[in-house]
Amino acid sequence: MILGKVVGTVVATRKDERLVGSTLLLVQPVLPNGEARGGPIVAVDTVDAGAAETVLVVAGSSARMAAGQADRPVDAAIIGIVDVISIDDAS
Amino acid sequence: MQLARVIGTIVATTKDPGLAGRTLLVLQPLSPDREMVGAPLVAVDSVGAGSGEEVFFVRGREAAFPFLPAAVPTDASVIGICDQWTHDPGVPRPAGRRPRSRRRSTRAAAKDRS
Amino acid sequence: MRLARVVGTVVATRKNPKLEGATLLLAQPVDQAGEPTGPPQLAIDAVGAGTGELVLLVIEGRAAGTALGRRAAPVDAAIVGIVDPSGVTSD
Repeated sequence: MILGKVVGTVVATRKDERLVGSTLLLVQPVLPNGEARGGPIVAVDTVDAGAAETVLVVAGSSARMAAGQADRPVDAAIIGIVDVISIDDAS
Repeated sequence: MQLARVIGTIVATTKDPGLAGRTLLVLQPLSPDREMVGAPLVAVDSVGAGSGEEVFFVRGREAAFPFLPAAVPTDASVIGICDQWTHDPGVPRPAGRRPRSRRRSTRAAAKDRS
Repeated sequence: MRLARVVGTVVATRKNPKLEGATLLLAQPVDQAGEPTGPPQLAIDAVGAGTGELVLLVIEGRAAGTALGRRAAPVDAAIVGIVDPSGVTSD
């Protein structure tokens, strides 16, 4: 899983019918210190995440194990909203 | 699978039901020389690992396997805590992989030394 | 499958039960000239490979689980062959 920051929403009227009703968010992958890493990705939101929130994103076929995604053609899902990130001082 | 050091933890109250009660760890992947490789990532713990420990983790669909039959939506899971590892990148290449001429000269040099 | 060289071993007492008794090796993917390509992988040894040997590495979960002979094992890489001393030919 990676950490990401919600940076936008994606609206697509024409899409796979199994995606109808899904919320698609634009997520910028970030490091634990908040620094951006790589380009933004489109992920299905399963936890009602909001703009600018830091979220947990699961990628690949595991994304379909998120609630309600079993039969959907998704490869990235938001499965948590981060409250706290603790990083050891030593590292 | 890859080696990593546990460098932190994540607390998330709002999350997929499949993650309820699971420990979320921040991992920094390591080379066998303990150099950082790539960006930190978040993994679900399956073995009771804690901060500062050196672990190994699995990526992809198989990351959900430790928790079966529960459906845990994870693409990375810590599956072992390393007691130790050995690393010797300087091992000689098998003879068959060298160009023929170089292999001969290496053997000749070894003969000269003996 | 990839060519890789076994560069180390890993000992872990606490691990997933499905890995009990399995040998964990560090495998450095290499090209046909023996030059390292990408970071070393941790792989299950299915063939009794030793440090320094050139091996065949599968980096795919289903194949690795098959090599280990256990269903639903959390593994994504396995060593499935040892390349013969003169087993690689390249022009």
